Amino acid sequence: MNKKRRRERQKINIEMESQRALKVERKCYHCGDRYGGRSIYYDEKEFCCEGCKTVYSILNKSELCDYYKLNAHPGVSQKVRYRKDKFSFLDLPEVEQKLIQFKVGEQVQVTFYLPQIHCSSCLWLLENISHIRPGIMTSNVNFTKKEVFIIYNPNLTTLREVVEALADIGYEPHISLNNLEESFHQTSDRAYALKIGIVGFCFANIMMFSVPEYVLGSSIIEAPLARTFKALILLFSLPVLFYGAAEFFRSAWKGLKHRYLNIDAPIALALIVTFGRSVYEVYQGGNGYFDSLSGIVFFMLIGRWLQDRTYQAVSFDRDFKSFFPIAMHVIHDGTIYPKTVDQLRPDDVIQVHNQEIIPVDAILSKGNAWIDYSFVSGESEPVSVEKGEMVYAGGKQIGAKIELVVVKEVSQSYLTNLWNQQVNKNKQVVNRTALDTISTYFTYIVFAIAAATASYWFLQNEIEIMWNVLTTILIVACPCALLLSNNFTNGNILRILSTNQFYLRSPQVIGDIAKISYVVFDKTGTLTQHQKSEVRYEGVVLTEEEKEQIAGVLSQSYHPSVRLIDDYLGVHTYREIQDFKLTEGQGVEAWIEESHYKIGSPQFTGVPRGAAKGSQVVVCKEGQVKGIFYITNAYRYGIFNLVQKLKNTFRLAVISGDNDSELENLKAHFGKEQLFFDQKPQDKLEFIRHLQQNEKGLVMMIGDGLNDAGALIQSDVGIAVADSNNTFTPASDGIIDSSRLAGLDKFIQFAKDGNRIILFSFMVSILYNIIGLYFAVQGLLSPMIAAILMPSSSISIVLITYGMSEWMARYRGLNYKENNK
Amino acid sequence: MSTGIMIVILLISVAIAAGFLLALLWSIHQGQFDDDYSPAHRILFDSELKKRNETKSNT
Repeated sequence: MNKKRRRERQKINIEMESQRALKVERKCYHCGDRYGGRSIYYDEKEFCCEGCKTVYSILNKSELCDYYKLNAHPGVSQKVRYRKDKFSFLDLPEVEQKLIQFKVGEQVQVTFYLPQIHCSSCLWLLENISHIRPGIMTSNVNFTKKEVFIIYNPNLTTLREVVEALADIGYEPHISLNNLEESFHQTSDRAYALKIGIVGFCFANIMMFSVPEYVLGSSIIEAPLARTFKALILLFSLPVLFYGAAEFFRSAWKGLKHRYLNIDAPIALALIVTFGRSVYEVYQGGNGYFDSLSGIVFFMLIGRWLQDRTYQAVSFDRDFKSFFPIAMHVIHDGTIYPKTVDQLRPDDVIQVHNQEIIPVDAILSKGNAWIDYSFVSGESEPVSVEKGEMVYAGGKQIGAKIELVVVKEVSQSYLTNLWNQQVNKNKQVVNRTALDTISTYFTYIVFAIAAATASYWFLQNEIEIMWNVLTTILIVACPCALLLSNNFTNGNILRILSTNQFYLRSPQVIGDIAKISYVVFDKTGTLTQHQKSEVRYEGVVLTEEEKEQIAGVLSQSYHPSVRLIDDYLGVHTYREIQDFKLTEGQGVEAWIEESHYKIGSPQFTGVPRGAAKGSQVVVCKEGQVKGIFYITNAYRYGIFNLVQKLKNTFRLAVISGDNDSELENLKAHFGKEQLFFDQKPQDKLEFIRHLQQNEKGLVMMIGDGLNDAGALIQSDVGIAVADSNNTFTPASDGIIDSSRLAGLDKFIQFAKDGNRIILFSFMVSILYNIIGLYFAVQGLLSPMIAAILMPSSSISIVLITYGMSEWMARYRGLNYKENNK
Repeated sequence: MSTGIMIVILLISVAIAAGFLLALLWSIHQGQFDDDYSPAHRILFDSELKKRNETKSNT
């Protein structure tokens, strides 16, 4: 009896627990976002917004709900849905023609870039899209490139309908001006794979034919057979040298033309000498070093491939055009039709909708404009623009649709000029790495040793030994182990960082990161979250009824703050308003159920501004101040923790295009460090340049918007912050996912570790070289020893670098699996 | 005699290996190594959906 009761009580407890958990963990069924406002119920499931619900209902209708079974919450938030005729420009023949890759009879082939692709559910849904839009015959996803390849029948559907079908289910393709200008790029990965395949084949066969000689000795094998072996070995070594190693020769030659020795120069020399001497030895009846030669080329190619592997879904070279829409809606004589952006001419009247980027400088002619320039200038608050005032390219309209009269063409806009100015001042890219510097010394030392021993044997009058020793030294001292250690360490570090969603443009950046002494942050979008603000209410506690009344009054305004407050209130029903008066940019006055409300800025309501900074919305009921809503930037999670950690090692600075409303808040965290506000893009660039002239170490800039673009290029290490759904970042040396920004200190440490690992394996490889040289200078190095020494040194270097970098990653807590737990 | 046979066998083995090399080169050219995620996951999906719709259209 007692037991039963206890069990029941337990049961109740569990139920209560789970209910509590449900309350806290309100996650949208579609996108998995946690949300505070009201839920939308559909088919017994909770959704955060209409958009997510719509996607679900489409999938439900087409019986594609397996999408939600493969992964929990696979969708991407649909708060901002595409506008009904947004894609009407795809009906334009010239746009269609540029996007379509191939068209024959009843088949049209087209490839779209879908930045939203992230899991197997995406893959499954996109490949089953023909169930939603019947005209589609085939759809094939390339996951690594985040592209979908579609074949459709033009008699059954149109390009626009295909794109709309994708957008309907939450995968809006990214179509930009760049798409129209560039063709889809072929990657170099295939070329590397081909090369490694062929060289690997040759290497394996050469090894196979070389083993009998080593094991049995040349005396036992019959002469014709031995000759066949050698002929085949020679034959197989030809593609290794002339195809596989061609890039080393090319790179060495390029370096020599610019009068400096890069790492490839001694390698190319060693390869030529090895090959020449081997051919000579075979001619003399010997064996040569073809096995070592091909083995080293094989390993070096793998190293290069690991290091130079491209992240196909990440692009480091976007310019501002990628952010622009392809076409705008032009109003002419009462009709609305789409027109590509590059054909917009002054005096055209264009329509701009909510959340759209304005591609040209223009004058507002109709509607209420709230322009968000955060991307261009870093200002966090949207600006209200009056009729007849200028709106600049790069701004984003927030609110209802507006009409603009074009003033300048795209190519002459303020933004284009700004961009071009900054690109012209691009820093000189120095192509000399630390590796090249070391290899230069290395080469000189090897030459010195070679010259010394050669002259020794020459004075002994042993000309044959002299040639022998000279070539052996050059062969053995080939700095390939040096190159291997470098390539493999860098390759592995880049890979580990990329699993942590930190992508670097090139391995050189690792070395640069290790040398930084100054870190400069942008504020808006970098320290703070994009499109996310915190709302705080101070004043008389509002009753449920009052909340609904306030929400009702606010629903009459398009001010960007309104939506935030609405979310904060989280009411389900709106009270009907009787009479209202809207003062644009100031506030709203309304009668609602016999109560008079006046809600708006402090000036509008005649209340002195509260002490706190940021935007404030005052609520007055019946002439009495009820309270104030404070809207402040939301800082990224863990960002100040990062600042604390970085402060110990580096100098820091914040350089923001926004006003100084956050000065006090930032001061508390940054302490004595420099904080700048109201900075134009040009000021940011100048500040970085100033630091570079006065600081010994390198300068790292972390930013996100176009306003940081110049500073990112000017800085030694420019890191762009990308929000997961917004993969478009200005040109930079590295791209970090915003959710990982708080771990930046670990990444910097890890880059430093990488340099140490390279240094350590340098020493190991130099040890190998000394051992090899010890035998070589005495003329003792037999092909047998060389054949063992060279591959084993290569393999051990590879193992050392790989093992150490993996271990360091674990030590720094960058292990991918552990991170995902 | 044995040498002659050895050489023949040698050439055959190289020819077979070359055949595999060609297969590799072909598959690289086909783009089979371009995307290492999709094929691995695609194979795990049920083909139920297609069947369901096929039976629907048949009836």
